[in-house]
Amino acid sequence: MNAQLFALAVFDGVAYAALVFMVAVGLTLIFGVLRILNVAHGSFYAIGAYLTASIGGAIFAAGYAPWLALPLMFLAAAIVGIVLGGPIERLLLRRIYAKEDALQLLVTFAVFMILEDVQRLIWGTQPYFEATALQQLGNIEVFGVFYTTYQLVVLPLVAITVLISLRLFLRKTLSGKLILAVTEDRETATAIGIDADKVYLLTFVVGAALAGFGGALASATTSVVPGMGADMIVLSFAVVATAGLGQIEGAAIAALLIGLGRSFAVYLMPELQVLIPYLIMLLVLLVRPEGLFGVVRTRKI
Amino acid sequence: MRRWLTLAASAAVLLSTATASAAEKPDELKIGITAFLSGPASVFGEPAKAAADMMIEEMNAAGGIGGVPIRAFFVDEGAGGEAVLSEYRRLVQDVEVDAMFASISSGNCNKVAPLAEDLKVLNFMWDCGTQRIFEENDYRYVFRTQGNATPEMLSTVLYLLKTKPDFQSIAVVNQDYAWGRDSWAIFSTALKALKPDVEVVAEFFPKFGTPDFSTEISRLQAMRPDVILSTSWGGDLDTFVRQASQRGLTNTSTLVLPLAESSLERLGNALPPGHIVGGRGDHYFLHPEKKSDPEFAEFVEAFREKTGAYPIYPVFHMSQALNALKAAYEKAIEANGGEWPSHEQVVDAMQGLKFQGLGREVQIRSDGQGIEAMLLGTTTKADGYDFAVLDNMMLFDGGQITTPVGEVSLEWLGTLDQDFLDGIEVESFSHGQ
Repeated sequence: MNAQLFALAVFDGVAYAALVFMVAVGLTLIFGVLRILNVAHGSFYAIGAYLTASIGGAIFAAGYAPWLALPLMFLAAAIVGIVLGGPIERLLLRRIYAKEDALQLLVTFAVFMILEDVQRLIWGTQPYFEATALQQLGNIEVFGVFYTTYQLVVLPLVAITVLISLRLFLRKTLSGKLILAVTEDRETATAIGIDADKVYLLTFVVGAALAGFGGALASATTSVVPGMGADMIVLSFAVVATAGLGQIEGAAIAALLIGLGRSFAVYLMPELQVLIPYLIMLLVLLVRPEGLFGVVRTRKI
Repeated sequence: MRRWLTLAASAAVLLSTATASAAEKPDELKIGITAFLSGPASVFGEPAKAAADMMIEEMNAAGGIGGVPIRAFFVDEGAGGEAVLSEYRRLVQDVEVDAMFASISSGNCNKVAPLAEDLKVLNFMWDCGTQRIFEENDYRYVFRTQGNATPEMLSTVLYLLKTKPDFQSIAVVNQDYAWGRDSWAIFSTALKALKPDVEVVAEFFPKFGTPDFSTEISRLQAMRPDVILSTSWGGDLDTFVRQASQRGLTNTSTLVLPLAESSLERLGNALPPGHIVGGRGDHYFLHPEKKSDPEFAEFVEAFREKTGAYPIYPVFHMSQALNALKAAYEKAIEANGGEWPSHEQVVDAMQGLKFQGLGREVQIRSDGQGIEAMLLGTTTKADGYDFAVLDNMMLFDGGQITTPVGEVSLEWLGTLDQDFLDGIEVESFSHGQ
């Protein structure tokens, strides 16, 4: 493998990692605060993609300006977070925080199944494709190979921006600090007057919107098809488990590891490509069962 | 007393079955159709179901089959192999269907064929591609009303050799499941036999449903093979072609896409001119021999009006299965002196049966396999279509390129040579023709 191929593999790995990170970060945020492993996260991703592709397809066909593609992605993310995430947390998850983990998992899995069928009802089964955002930005030539600017520059930049903003939001703003306080100790936080219910709702909406945004970003690069949510949720779980549940910066590193591992596999041993994320997860969990950055929590009585 | 009653009852049952086997004309002819109505392969199942509904309605309006109207029962293959098998049993044993059309998935065909034999029910493998079924087993009740993977892949190799005889290198990007692997085995075996000097520079089998081919595309751009084969379909094929064309891979390599007829309309401008496209048979909504046939043109328009899209190959396959059923019953009725035939008589009529769906005539040969013509073409832009259509089309006669009865495809393909290539008859058509 020469320097050119090495560089190409790195570019591909980073672009892929950026997309995976967008979904995994919402999943890990929700787990960190709500302590719920949200399988329906995959549906939020798929619905974000479907919304962007179908609305985008309709408005660009009607002659609207192509620069609307990016605002549309934010809109899709907001719809997923507020219209879908909000009610799910308020009406459903709120009732089961005190229940067993297995039950919580089953409930979010049920939501996932329901939303899969909802997608079929609304969007049917034919693939959607809407790449205006990507076409607007054109291509870049690196070492004689053409990359889309969207994948090589925009996706990694967006992922880094999301990472930094989340960090600033959690550490510097009041809402963020409230979230951290509730994460640390819900009872004490409630005792000193923090509205934990509101914090849970806010976190879930933000987490769901991030998944929707991940889907919106992905929709410019891929076909939006039934079942895309299921694939993504499995991969995101691998990222989150590798990083340690609830670790935001860890999720970025783990996504990068898995993205790079996958792209190097394509160059060196294509047969391993599918296996790589899980091999990495397995190796990490064998050595550190709590994940790369996970902390062992003392059990509260 | 009780014994007498039981005896009398059994006698009554025996008598009633005896009258039934005299094959009275039924009120309706029931067929069970398995197709993907959910999951990624519903890109094939949904158009096929829409076509079946349309065609059955039309056939019934014209008196059905021998005066008996047809009624279809659908099974969703997306529910999984086990569910398909139990639904299959239910349709045959409880609903008592007269024939089954199963299925789209080769995996399901593999499971359904022995079951059909057990249940002694006429089964048409109406869409699945695996060439193995009749090569590895003999069946009385199972027939394939279409070609199979061998002629599909062999015609693709032949078209490639005829249109790009000087290509030196090839790479493959197929889905990682039975079809992706098997189709490459057939293609590469035929290619090695007919053009041994070609170099295979890369073999990729990305996961089924993969959303991202960026890494494969980067590597392919760095290697620049003359030809890139992909037998993928549905969303996977769309994604691959779009990502390839976005990044200019379609400028440096010729794509060979044996299933892309089913994606042409969805791909729009993403599939540029100059790439090779097939449709698993002579299936194309602008079929050069059929497009001026008013019946064909009317159907294409009616289908488009109903579903919003041009018909694709599963629609053609469905028309073949339905017309095969009609032809078999009519042949059996004739052989039975005009009386309604028994199920076994209909099965007998399948041997050597000729029938015509939307494409050229198909014939069932002695092992149950259908002999179907294959059509391939090269993409071009044309007025009136906002997606790529086919030019430089070639129609291959199915008889020459289907593995002979009793032979195994991969062995037979390995024996092909220049004489075979020279002896291939082909008819060429251009887009406007």
